[in-house]
Amino acid sequence: MAIISRGFRGRAREGGGKLPPGQYLTDDFPVLSAGPTPRVDTDRWEFTVETESGQAHRWSWAELLALPYETPTVDIHCVTKWSKLGTTWRGVSLDVLLEDVESAADYALVHSYGGYTTNLPLEDLLDGKAWIAYRYEGEEITPAHGGPARLLVPHLYFWKSAKWVRGIRLLDEDWPGFWETAGYHDYGDPWREQRYQDD
Amino acid sequence: MRRLAWRVAELTAIREETPTARTLVLRVPGWPGHLAGQHVDVRLTAEDGYSTQRSYSLAGPSDGEHVELTVQRVPGGEVSPYLTEVMEVGDQVELRGPVGGWFVWEPAAKTPVLLVAGGAGVVPLMAMIRARRTAGSRAPFRLVYSLRDPGQAYYADELRHPDPGLDVTRVYTRTAPDGFARRPGRLTAADLAGSGRPPEYEPDCYVCGPTGFVEKAAELLVSLGHEPGRIRTERFGPTGG
Ligand SMILES: Cc1cc2nc3c(=O)[nH]c(=O)nc-3n(C[C@H](O)[C@H](O)[C@H](O)COP(=O)(O)OP(=O)(O)OC[C@H]3O[C@@H](n4cnc5c(N)ncnc54)[C@H](O)[C@@H]3O)c2cc1C
Repeated sequence: MAIISRGFRGRAREGGGKLPPGQYLTDDFPVLSAGPTPRVDTDRWEFTVETESGQAHRWSWAELLALPYETPTVDIHCVTKWSKLGTTWRGVSLDVLLEDVESAADYALVHSYGGYTTNLPLEDLLDGKAWIAYRYEGEEITPAHGGPARLLVPHLYFWKSAKWVRGIRLLDEDWPGFWETAGYHDYGDPWREQRYQDD
Repeated sequence: MRRLAWRVAELTAIREETPTARTLVLRVPGWPGHLAGQHVDVRLTAEDGYSTQRSYSLAGPSDGEHVELTVQRVPGGEVSPYLTEVMEVGDQVELRGPVGGWFVWEPAAKTPVLLVAGGAGVVPLMAMIRARRTAGSRAPFRLVYSLRDPGQAYYADELRHPDPGLDVTRVYTRTAPDGFARRPGRLTAADLAGSGRPPEYEPDCYVCGPTGFVEKAAELLVSLGHEPGRIRTERFGPTGG
């Protein structure tokens, strides 16, 4: 049983069933990152998918924009406790990007400009669950929020939605990323409150 | 590996830092210890079972069952007004941690350190300064502390006479004390370059504060030639300030 904090009442209970345990609603868009914000020039931007056999697939910025896009409206949940409901993005589904990639890998290690990495099972990137997003609420994504393009995997804590995304390595084994080596959960399901290792 | 357990923490003492911020000294039986720079999650539960969580940095180095947090009151906030105005000695909250394995300072490190604080962002950096003292470390430290006016200063007595090898630069953004040489205004590259310790000296940089402040300070450090991989950041608030 949780202990009661004397005199704590809390705010109006909000969010209904849309808020995972331990999360609160915000209208702001806070930022979580480990270092300075990298500035990435779209002229030199590229996105790569490298398979477990070392085969590489590449897209330039213009090629990414030329692909069919979707405009998902999703709820996002940050491990630092804030959640934002109904955010709208524009991006290319990973199903489209991985369509012609031949791989039997089970895991993905996402890497970013600036050196950030994060890992997740490959199946969490498929079947309409993940995008390479390049617009947020009708605008370009600002560098602080991961622009020019970020991964969007809203069903996991938001650190998995790597900012400044640069590529994905498909791997036979799970390879922990940046926060996953620094004490955070390997999978990060907000509904099971998987914040830290072994939660 | 162990799961981070929720522990009951009891407030044992309060120190007022400013009219809107206070340090809470909590006794946490079973506390496993921590490194300077790490934070805890605090969970408050109301009588009807509603509960909510927020993160707070540890303000001091590991010290048995005692942990210290310094909380800034955010007007209209759900948790910080409770912690700064309602909570009294003897009251309990739940807490788990320590959390964070990146924004930390290891007492054995000999590398020079540049700390850049905006407002409440000084909290985890003060933990590093205190850990340096406790460990008897001689690593050169420099703190650049940006604050609105002199009345906002946390740990004022302790920072008035800095430890040997610790250099403190204050940057007032609105109002400076009488006779203070620097004009009030936002942090600039000159403030960060100030001490004559160039980037080639390769300090480990720790930047903490509201998001807008951290974005700006980290950008200035990169423009001064600091290696981005040596700049660690922690962002507290949603907005700039
Ligand atoms: C890793 C980490 C460490 C932190 N360490 C500390 C610490 O040592 N000391 C400390 O005081 N805080 C710290 N914070 C911030 C803290 O977790 C809370 O966000 C803060 O206390 C506000 O909570 P609240 O419930 O009072 O406000 P909320 O109810 O969450 O917010 C109320 C309103 O205030 C705005 N707001 C929230 N936070 C701020 C802010 N910091 N400045 C301006 N406006 C804000 C919100 O956007 C919202 O509009 C830390 C945050 C993180 C992520």
